[in-house]
Amino acid sequence: MAERKLRVLVGKPGLDGHDRGAKIIARAFRDAGFEVIYTGLHQTPEQIVSASIQEDVDCIALSILSGAHNTLLPAVNELLKEKGADDIVLMVGGVIPEEDIPGLKAAGIREVFTPGTSTETIVAWVRDNVTPHA
Amino acid sequence: MTLAERVLDGDVRAAARLMRDIDDRFKSAVAELKTLYPHTGNAYILGLTGPPGAGKSTLVDQIIAAFRKKELLVGVVAIDPTSPFSGGAILGDRIRMNRHAEDAGVFIRSLATRGCLGGMSRSTMDVVNVMDAMGMDVVIVETVGVGQDEVDIVSTAHTTVVVMVPGMGDDIQAIKAGILEIGDVFVVNKADRDGADRTARELAAMLEMKHPEPGAWLPHVLKTEGSRGIGVEELMEEFEAHRAFLKSSGALQRLIQERNAKLFADTLREELFDRVFGAINENGDYCRITDGMRNRTTDPYTAVEEVLAARAFP
Repeated sequence: MAERKLRVLVGKPGLDGHDRGAKIIARAFRDAGFEVIYTGLHQTPEQIVSASIQEDVDCIALSILSGAHNTLLPAVNELLKEKGADDIVLMVGGVIPEEDIPGLKAAGIREVFTPGTSTETIVAWVRDNVTPHA
Repeated sequence: MTLAERVLDGDVRAAARLMRDIDDRFKSAVAELKTLYPHTGNAYILGLTGPPGAGKSTLVDQIIAAFRKKELLVGVVAIDPTSPFSGGAILGDRIRMNRHAEDAGVFIRSLATRGCLGGMSRSTMDVVNVMDAMGMDVVIVETVGVGQDEVDIVSTAHTTVVVMVPGMGDDIQAIKAGILEIGDVFVVNKADRDGADRTARELAAMLEMKHPEPGAWLPHVLKTEGSRGIGVEELMEEFEAHRAFLKSSGALQRLIQERNAKLFADTLREELFDRVFGAINENGDYCRITDGMRNRTTDPYTAVEEVLAARAFP
């Protein structure tokens, strides 16, 4: 049987324009052998979910530095549920206060990575926690 | 319901999954493609090729918008390169076109080349067929940024657009063989840059050097500014003119014939290789052959002859 190649969407929802982190993650995923769909800046939750479905990704990795994570991330998760696509693993990296993490996890965000996390840690987490769609 | 039935029913997730199965070479995808095949052949397929950074994705974004204004359904296959080292890829064509992601009349799919040369991926034709069966009126194929002779797009597209930018070399570049021979439409994008007029002139001069056969299509050179949408209307008119020419001249039939021949040949080649290689790998012949080549007791030519002779090929 042929083997699935892991597909991950990397994007930045909302209005902050700092995409260095997202680019570093995209590059790390590429080097790990994943196919990365990079959507770039200023994405709405609707755009992210729609692109994720069209691209049949296994994982959505979002980068947020704006402070709007408590609004944007649950919105993405709700839309995924609405479209029957909540089998896609949703994770986030960015400047996110410790006290917000439990709430985000309760809202369906599988993992939250804060500043200082190494790319190796993130790649390893994806390998352990994301199984490509059957 | 099978994936193919769901695709015909308009299920976007099923279509996306089938494309994945095709790209990952799942055997099950073949059966689905068989079901879809009778529903294909209706879409107008537009191919865009050209060097990296020429602005292909930005131009595709504008072309999508123009087709959507005519209320046509648009599929896009955007191809980017796979890393030869890690096997991973960054597919970034969507950055330029993701404003269409929320439009239910547009379906964009990024593909990685996965080792395929020629500017395309092995799955491109099959993925185009899925979009065709989904009912897309137009399917746009954007090749990976190509250099000089990655010309596979011609056997897929009805209209091939070669996108160039100013300042890519002198007019001798323009009379070399390769991608400059395949265009039905030539675009000098980023036309606000220095040298755009000169590039357009040199391209036009190159095209005029060819003695046209009677009744043949004469490609024009158009100037665009993809980021501002300038020249896109004229480009759309040129597509329309080429499409009308294909229909009226009978070239369309020839093109379809070539396309079908290639699809058949590619499928046959792949299937034959998989079967024969799979068989000799399993029975140990493959190991014996590579060992023999190492000792110089056999050579690849004799080995292939023997492998084929052992099977029922005339």
